[in-house]
Amino acid sequence: MPTTDKTLDEILDLAATHFKVPREKLSPDDDFFKTLGIDSLQTLDLLTKLENHFHVELPDYELQGVSDFRTLAGKIQARL
Amino acid sequence: MGLIAKGVSSTVETFKGQTLSWEVVSGAIELALHRTPCNELGSLSLSEFEHFASALDGLQPNVHALIIHSELKSGFCAGADLRELYERSRPMEKARAVREVRDFLERIHRCLNRIDSSPLTTIAAVHGVTFGGGLELALACDLIIADKTARFAFPELRLGLIPGFGGIPRLKRDVGNAVVRDLLLTGRSFNATKAQQIGLVSQVVGEGESIRVARATAAQIAKFDRQTSAAAKQFIKPIPHDELRREIDIFCDLFSKPAVQAGLKKFVENRDAQPYLP
Repeated sequence: MPTTDKTLDEILDLAATHFKVPREKLSPDDDFFKTLGIDSLQTLDLLTKLENHFHVELPDYELQGVSDFRTLAGKIQARL
Repeated sequence: MGLIAKGVSSTVETFKGQTLSWEVVSGAIELALHRTPCNELGSLSLSEFEHFASALDGLQPNVHALIIHSELKSGFCAGADLRELYERSRPMEKARAVREVRDFLERIHRCLNRIDSSPLTTIAAVHGVTFGGGLELALACDLIIADKTARFAFPELRLGLIPGFGGIPRLKRDVGNAVVRDLLLTGRSFNATKAQQIGLVSQVVGEGESIRVARATAAQIAKFDRQTSAAAKQFIKPIPHDELRREIDIFCDLFSKPAVQAGLKKFVENRDAQPYLP
């Protein structure tokens, strides 16, 4: 199983690639809504990308209130 | 036809409306949704769906399949136009608002029943958001082909409602009760891979590939005798008329409760980044 740091790195890589943001501009504690400039439809798109990448299922209600990459990584890690 | 008078073009085989268009391509009708931001189904969409439903009888003898897809990147369809529903019903006396909602539901049920019962093989080629009424539209089709970006949900309970466009009876027809309860009672969404695992989706394809695969599927269907295909469909896909009627009644009963206006208001006024997350 990958470490949480590895999971976090992969999330940041994926977000940077998908939303065409320079990777160095993303930090673990960033509010991803603000940093990526995404709305809820794009958030669902990111959720799908994460599920497909990590081969996990992430019920939306578990992500309520989650807005930073580090917490998101913890949620994914718990399902790996 | 009123729609034509408003400046949209229509012949038997093609139609270009404000929310949807159709054309016949290689023996299949391709119905494209294109109302921004994500094909929300409101009164104009309904009028154009009715136009399509009435044109279907004339189109059917010359084609073998119907493909429904979205031209918008955001997704297949985000469901009912909640903003319009809220704005229209808010100033109305409650009984009148419920009557108008019932009329809307009756009309959209007629359209979806026409698609559901069409002798053509019907394919929903979906991507991105396929929520609420969008999922109900897809469920009226015989096959759902989803690209990897597709997400499915019935988020209606957070508005104090149940799905009203035939979603529950048609979902029950296709998948097990555990899935029906999970989708309905939690309002959560799930992706195309999960949707295929539970039997909702027949094929999962790469991003942007659903329409191409739907066309290939339609070409395969064209090899078979139309009447045999229609008979097979009628046998394996009965329309749950009684439950569809019951769904309208329950929806209208719930619509009269205060929780609905509060739920709609909350959604419409929501400026959070996550209004589409249940």
